[in-house]
Amino acid sequence: MSITWYLVVSTIVFAIGAGGVLVRRNPLVILLCIELMLNAANLSLVAFARAHGNQDGQIFALIVMVVAACEVAVGLGLIVALFRQRLPIDVDELRELQG
Amino acid sequence: MAEVIFFIAAIVVIAGAVGTVSLRNPFYSVLALVCHLLGLAALFLLLRAEFIAAAQVVVYAGAVMVLYMFVVAYVGGDRRALAAPVSGRLKALSALFAGALFVELCIAMIGSTVGVLDSEGTGFFRAFGTPQEIGRLLLTDFLLAFELASILLLIAAVGAVVLARRRSGTEMAGDLSVADVLRGTHGTRTPAELETQAEAAGPARR
Repeated sequence: MSITWYLVVSTIVFAIGAGGVLVRRNPLVILLCIELMLNAANLSLVAFARAHGNQDGQIFALIVMVVAACEVAVGLGLIVALFRQRLPIDVDELRELQG
Repeated sequence: MAEVIFFIAAIVVIAGAVGTVSLRNPFYSVLALVCHLLGLAALFLLLRAEFIAAAQVVVYAGAVMVLYMFVVAYVGGDRRALAAPVSGRLKALSALFAGALFVELCIAMIGSTVGVLDSEGTGFFRAFGTPQEIGRLLLTDFLLAFELASILLLIAAVGAVVLARRRSGTEMAGDLSVADVLRGTHGTRTPAELETQAEAAGPARR
């Protein structure tokens, strides 16, 4: 399989994730769409690492996974805090920074 | 054989992504993302990234998705976010934007004149992507990034606990802060709300 196929899959997934961030209003689903985009970037990093026979890209993908886990932890913490404050779980209605 | 596995995995990956975006119930979105991650792990295996594939299944599909499940189950009662439909114009604009992004990324990545992209990759050696090699690289060339990642994880864990902690909890005098009294929120909670919060916080401290 040529590496280009993997890059096409990665590009499709990234575009789907970006569209999802724009379309959906539930912050939980928006976080999931961000995960989609990070995974697409991971796939292209690993594909380029394979193309060049260099493992640095795989290390990069691992670090991206760590950062994604951090982002998920903080984002879900924010959503739980919103829920506790009885605010609507909807990004269109959350316009003010002051809780 | 590799072609067959690739196309099956690619279909699973793209279908999982579409399901994540399009399903109405966030619970099903999370399940679709789990399918997507498993397909992606198969693609990583095809690209000779064994350790990444294992970490993907264990860390993402295992730990992070369970965290999502718990939060969706906790917040899930909110029907308003599910019921409100998105306007058709926004949907069309988003699809247009996603299509434009797809074309642009294709031009940028595949249209580039990197000769190796049409091959199966060069410089492959036997231990490529195994845990031994990844571990050796992490503890030699990328030691700083490794340590920074661990510090980042610690900060994120502490930050998540601080963000999600109980703010103004029960009616106990000792638990009320001055800010709560000034805001006047302590007297407006119904017994049902207090019960929910006590349940979320666990058994009362002695």
